[in-house]
Amino acid sequence: MASNTLNESKQLATWYFTFAFILFGAQLLFGLVAATQFVMPGFLFEILDFSVARTLHINALVVWMVFAMFGSVYWLLPDETGINTIGIKMGKLLYWIFVAAIAVVVLVYIFVQVGPADETTIWFIMEGREYIEAPRWADFGIVVVALGFVANLFLTGMKGKQTGIVTVLMADMIAFAGLYLAGMFFTDNISIDQYWWWWVIHLWVEATWEVFVGAIAAYGLITMIGAHRKVVEMWLWIEVAMLFGSGILGMGHHYFWIGTPEYWWEIGALFSALEPIPLVAMFVHVLYDWGKTQGAEEEAGNSASVINNKPAFTWFVLNAFGNFLGAGIWGFFHTLPQVNLYTHGTQFTSAHGHLAFFGAYATILIGMMYIAVQGKNNIKVLKNTKSSIWAVSMIAGGVMGMTVALTIAGYVQVLVSRAQMGATWAGYFDGQAGMWFAQGMDWRLVMGLVTFLGFLLLAKDLLTTGKNPVHER
Amino acid sequence: MANKSVWSDNRFWQRTATWVTGFAAVLLIWLTFDTSAQISMGTDEDLKQGVTKRVPGPTVINYKIEYLMDAKRGHEIPVIGGKNAEGRSAFQEKEKFFGRDDWTEEEAGALLHLGKLGSQAKNCMNCHTLLGNGAYYAPDLTKAWLDPAWGPEGSLQAMTGKNTKEEAMAEFLQHPSQYPTHERMMPDLGITADEAKGLVAFLKHMSSIDTNGFPRNFGKIQGAVHGK
Repeated sequence: MASNTLNESKQLATWYFTFAFILFGAQLLFGLVAATQFVMPGFLFEILDFSVARTLHINALVVWMVFAMFGSVYWLLPDETGINTIGIKMGKLLYWIFVAAIAVVVLVYIFVQVGPADETTIWFIMEGREYIEAPRWADFGIVVVALGFVANLFLTGMKGKQTGIVTVLMADMIAFAGLYLAGMFFTDNISIDQYWWWWVIHLWVEATWEVFVGAIAAYGLITMIGAHRKVVEMWLWIEVAMLFGSGILGMGHHYFWIGTPEYWWEIGALFSALEPIPLVAMFVHVLYDWGKTQGAEEEAGNSASVINNKPAFTWFVLNAFGNFLGAGIWGFFHTLPQVNLYTHGTQFTSAHGHLAFFGAYATILIGMMYIAVQGKNNIKVLKNTKSSIWAVSMIAGGVMGMTVALTIAGYVQVLVSRAQMGATWAGYFDGQAGMWFAQGMDWRLVMGLVTFLGFLLLAKDLLTTGKNPVHER
Repeated sequence: MANKSVWSDNRFWQRTATWVTGFAAVLLIWLTFDTSAQISMGTDEDLKQGVTKRVPGPTVINYKIEYLMDAKRGHEIPVIGGKNAEGRSAFQEKEKFFGRDDWTEEEAGALLHLGKLGSQAKNCMNCHTLLGNGAYYAPDLTKAWLDPAWGPEGSLQAMTGKNTKEEAMAEFLQHPSQYPTHERMMPDLGITADEAKGLVAFLKHMSSIDTNGFPRNFGKIQGAVHGK
């Protein structure tokens, strides 16, 4: 698949991956600040408060993933369509606009932090809505950049070979971009506010992003182990049906307690309980295709591995399992209203958030970065190195450790603050003061540090493995 | 091949995906119309006429608000202006808010607007949860207005030296780090006296929203752990 000179679309993809990776580091650093504050509340008090650190933690998360997603599409488009990506010059311009806008937003978050209670704050400092805090001016910037990206994808997809993967991505990315508009207005009515806020957050991470992952996994299976396109694309369509079929109405699980009518209990419970099914299917799919391709090779007397990119494939398999575990299992734990009445808004949610974002998205996007390293350096078979193995082990172990620690802290919070004490101010702090809660927070910080060390190794590996002589060229 | 099964046909699955997605999207849009109507903000007229809205109008700040178990629904609901024979909102009993119980629709609306803007401009949601959504570094604010700690016997009201709940809350919001309750403190966010008033109105209004019984048992359990 690798050509001698890097295709322009792929070059742009590497730009996207690079900036995504820098933001990934920022996400972890600000996460460490926030985690430290749980353990030592005086840390950076009234300098860089928890609210600021957390805003940066979750915004860096969302934005690095969006960058890596755009990068993934620019990477695979020439392979899938068989033509050069159309509008690549505009793509490059938009990339720089996007990067500049993010730099300004981040500097304002850090140095201005909050503003007076008027519209100028909403327009120029921050909107104060979790995950989509970016001020309104930046919203418009994001819409322009997203439209440019979608235009390039559509023009290329319609002119070149429109494979199943490209078709799914076209439909998915236009929904992904369009949904952002639902988060761009102000209302005094907090129930209406949160109703539409979930259209962005939920329909991104539990619908359009999941379908995106399905498409990327399909591309990865074809390029890394030579899986049969027709089989892979059939799976992809089944996954789209199951993901959208459960995920769209699964949004009801966010509408249990925000002022919305009781019928969302039943709708949310039913459809969100179905959400893990496609995630199981995706895991089975990846392992099945791997086994099938390897088995066919062995039958032909070929014992070599069919995988041409070991680290990327490791991350893809981790994705298939992590998506199921983090989004599926940890999500299902607290998705029924009978449980959610007590778990809603506790560290339980945070535990699920950490494992789901990591398992479902971080993993596969890191995998795409390895595919880019392979392509950029013309490597036929990219092998694991010591640091690639340590990186994946420490990051996955660290995130899993954080998840377990937060789950235990969450149990304490659910039982003490909620069930026992009735969710008041006093009840909240009784839960937080609990010994097991405090231990959970200590372990979360330790595991966060493990994750960050793994990240440093990952950075080292991504930067150096391309020149490593162990790979087959 | 003549005997090719439809189950292994990509076109079939593509159509299935399209239909399933379309059906789910249409259902969601239809439900959105219904929900939007049910959660639109009520008016002063509704309150005067005794019309229960899931999200009452801003002048709800003129009324006493409670959070009581509803036998029929099996969970707590906001009860506005005292309860009637069925245990639901009677919209009768008023309660002074910053010395007045005759805030007009315009005045109360402006106060709520200021408070909602303030809640976003000060990034409340990245420490607290509102309607259970946000961050988990500080207490949930959904029913904060009804928290016994802010009430006449409450430790937080006593701490600020104020005589009413709203004045105590407003004082705390303006100078949070002067009133440390725990090692973990709320930072000074430059909240002005006006903004604080708006924020308290926003909190009082939020406590009147029908959240289907979330959070459960709010403010009902006193001293259960320490046996006061």
